[in-house]
Amino acid sequence: MSENGNDQQDGGHSHGHAHDHSHRHPFQPDLEDGGYSYYQVMTEAVAELLLEKAVITSEELRKTVESIDSKSPAFGARMVARAWVDPDFKARMLDDVIAAADELGIDAGGIPIKAIENTDRVHNVIVCTLCSCYPRLLIGLPPDWYKARAYRSRVVREPRAVLEEFGTSIPDDMEVRVHDSTADLRYMVLPARPKGTEALDEEALAALVTRDCMIGTAVPKSN
Amino acid sequence: MRRHHDMGGLDAGPVEQNEHDYAPWEKRVDAILRLLSAPGRRMITVDELRRGIEELGPGAYDEMSYYERWIASVTNNLVEKGTLTVEELGRKMAEVEARWDADRAAHKNSQEERAQ
Repeated sequence: MSENGNDQQDGGHSHGHAHDHSHRHPFQPDLEDGGYSYYQVMTEAVAELLLEKAVITSEELRKTVESIDSKSPAFGARMVARAWVDPDFKARMLDDVIAAADELGIDAGGIPIKAIENTDRVHNVIVCTLCSCYPRLLIGLPPDWYKARAYRSRVVREPRAVLEEFGTSIPDDMEVRVHDSTADLRYMVLPARPKGTEALDEEALAALVTRDCMIGTAVPKSN
Repeated sequence: MRRHHDMGGLDAGPVEQNEHDYAPWEKRVDAILRLLSAPGRRMITVDELRRGIEELGPGAYDEMSYYERWIASVTNNLVEKGTLTVEELGRKMAEVEARWDADRAAHKNSQEERAQ
């Protein structure tokens, strides 16, 4: 940031260089680590230019990062657990995920998301072969492998083999459906409730639902 | 003809199930894109982001990390739209780099002083 003091500052502190480092610049690479990359510098430069030009504000930037940090598979898991105990909710969720999320006070964003239900005959798995579309507001940022070449290339062609690599064996007589996401329609898997969980309450059920269960590379297991 | 990002159904090796916690700068890239594409601003669409990523070409697409591709595309889009100029970007990048180097040097010095 410039030192002439007319720009929006991250965290409200100035970058005159006489300031002490009792607090660290929040976006500076760790001083202890091995260096920073060209694209890290580019990111900082673009952010600072957008702030100086008042295209965005530091408050918005901070809140948006916080919002990204706050999203986790726990949101999706809560929806799944509710669907397991409440068939009417499940029907509404299969009809409209965003509205069903809203019932639970969860913001699923504005891009349509379709829930696809695993049954005793069908197992579902999601991918985005062209890029990385993913229901991030319900299950957090995608893992690296979801965005990587191997998964994107192979899961549409040999899903059973890919699922085996995740330790998930799908019986031969069960159909596997692969859903390729787009920028305009994302998917989440509504896994099947595992047997032996009749005594569990909703919170305990939600704890069984991992991120990978909602991608479809895993299935929930009763402990 | 299939373009390089269109990889569904191709052969590839095993899925490497490594994942990392996203670094602050990566989340910042994500936040910048979200803010620029938010309703009310709409300065860059997801399709424009993707076009920018796909235009990086086969080599860069595979060599750059995910958020490196994103910031490269976001930046190119902003330059195309005239929000930033190449000169401003170059000047600001040099400034950031100089500041980080100075901070690092100061940090190193203070550590050495403490060690004495």
